[in-house]
Amino acid sequence: MSLTAEVGQKALELGVAISVHMDVTYRCNERCVHCYLDHDDHGEMTTEEIKGVLDQLAEAGVFFLTFSGGEVFMRRDFLEIVEYARRLMFNVKIKTNGVMIHEKEASQLRELGIDSLQISVYSHRAEVHDAITKLPHSFERTISAIRFLHAQGLRVTMANVLMNGNFDDHAGVQQLAAELGVLYTLDPTITPMMDGNTDVLALRIPGEELPQLFRNSTLVANPEEFCALPVPVTDADLEGYSCSAGHSACYISPYGDVFPCVQFPLPTGNVREQKFLDIWNYSPQMTEVRSIKVKDLTTCSSCSHAGSCSRCPGLAYMEGNMRGPSTSDCEKSFYKTGVATANMLKHGLTKPRTSAPLVQIQAVQ
Amino acid sequence: MSEECVYIARSKAIAARALAGEMMVMNSSDSTFYTLNEVASIIFQAADGTTPLHRIVQERICEQFDIDPAEAQADAERFVSELSARGVLIISSEPVVSELQ
Repeated sequence: MSLTAEVGQKALELGVAISVHMDVTYRCNERCVHCYLDHDDHGEMTTEEIKGVLDQLAEAGVFFLTFSGGEVFMRRDFLEIVEYARRLMFNVKIKTNGVMIHEKEASQLRELGIDSLQISVYSHRAEVHDAITKLPHSFERTISAIRFLHAQGLRVTMANVLMNGNFDDHAGVQQLAAELGVLYTLDPTITPMMDGNTDVLALRIPGEELPQLFRNSTLVANPEEFCALPVPVTDADLEGYSCSAGHSACYISPYGDVFPCVQFPLPTGNVREQKFLDIWNYSPQMTEVRSIKVKDLTTCSSCSHAGSCSRCPGLAYMEGNMRGPSTSDCEKSFYKTGVATANMLKHGLTKPRTSAPLVQIQAVQ
Repeated sequence: MSEECVYIARSKAIAARALAGEMMVMNSSDSTFYTLNEVASIIFQAADGTTPLHRIVQERICEQFDIDPAEAQADAERFVSELSARGVLIISSEPVVSELQ
C-alpha cells in the first residue's frame, strides 16, 4: 500500500474528511454541450464566507482541497481564495478550462505552490473542441494556457471527457498531451443536468464501444488485469465500503451546501447555517452514508463483481436508491469482463441497460 | 551546522496537515509525500524562520521528552538537513520570513 493510500485508510478509520472538493462558482465562460450545471449565480458564497469555510476545513483536518466549478476564474477573487488556502497549508488542486489563464496567472499559481491543475480538452482538433465548448477560439486559448502553466513547471493533466462527438479523438488528444509534456486522463462519464434534464445522456458513448477503451493499452496501464474475470468475493470485501464519499471525502457547492461527493447529490447541510464539523460528524444523511457496507447493498452484495466493481453510490442514489446498483458501473463491469452482473441477472438482461433516470444536485431545503 | 545561527522555515511548495499525531507533508514541486512522527512534527510546526533551531529543540523537544539535549540537537540537525535537501525546509544563518505561515 502506498503512503498516500495508507493515510487515506487512516483518515477513513478516524472519520476525518481528508479530501474536499469545493466548487467556488457554477458560472462559466463555456457552454459545453454535456455540462450538468446551470450557469447562473443563485447566491454564491462571498470571499469572506469561503475563507471562513476554509478555516473550518483546516481545523477539521482536511488536507487535499480541489477547487472547481463552473470556471473558477469567473470569480475575480479566485487567486485570493487560493492564496488563503495555501496559507492554511492545504494541498490545492484546480480544475479549470484554462481560457482565462495567461502568463501572469500561470506565474501567480506557481508562486502560490499549488499541487496541480486539470484542464478539459475535448479534441486535438480546434473545430471539434470549440463545437463542444460553444466558445469560439477556446481550443487555442486552452492550449495556450497549458503551455504557460507547463513553462512554469506546474503539473498539468488534460482531462478528456469522451462522448459521441469526440469519441474518435482520444488518441489525438493523448498525443497532444505528450507533445505538450503534460499528463492525460480520460473520462467516459456523462451525467444529467442539475434540473433533471436527461437529454445530455444521449451524448454518452454506447456501452458496446467501452471494451475498445478498456482494452486499449495506451489508455489502460494493464488491460489484462483491468479486464480480468472477477475474483471470488471475500468477507473483507463485504465488510468494506464502495468509496470514500462521506467517509473521508465530501463536496461543497458555491452556495455552501455539503454533499458526500460532487456526484452524490444527497443534501447533508449548509455551512452558512451550521459548522462544517457538525454537518460532517452529526448529519443524519452523512451518518447513513457511512453506515452502508457492501454487505448491505440490495443487489450488489450478491454480485460476483462485488470485490472489484467501481460502484458509485452517488450514481446509485441518482437512480433512486443509494443501496442499489449504479447502472453505469454495472455496464463498466460487464464490458470489462463479459460477466453478467447481479443487477442484469435480476432483470433477465443479457446486456446492461445503457441509461437510467437520474436526478442531479438540488439545493438543501 | 552551528546551533547558534540556524533558522528554519517551511518552503512555499509545502502542504501539511496533522492527522492522528503525525504530520502529513507534501512537496508540490516533486509530488513527494511524507509523514512526520511526533517529534519531527513539532520541529516542522515550529519552523517559523525566526526561532533558532537550538531554542526549538530546547523549549519544544527537551522539555516535553526525556531526551539528552546534545543528542536531540544532533538529531534535529540531521532531520532539518534532510528536509532541506528535499525542499521541504529552508535553512538560514539569519532569520527569514517563512514562505507559509
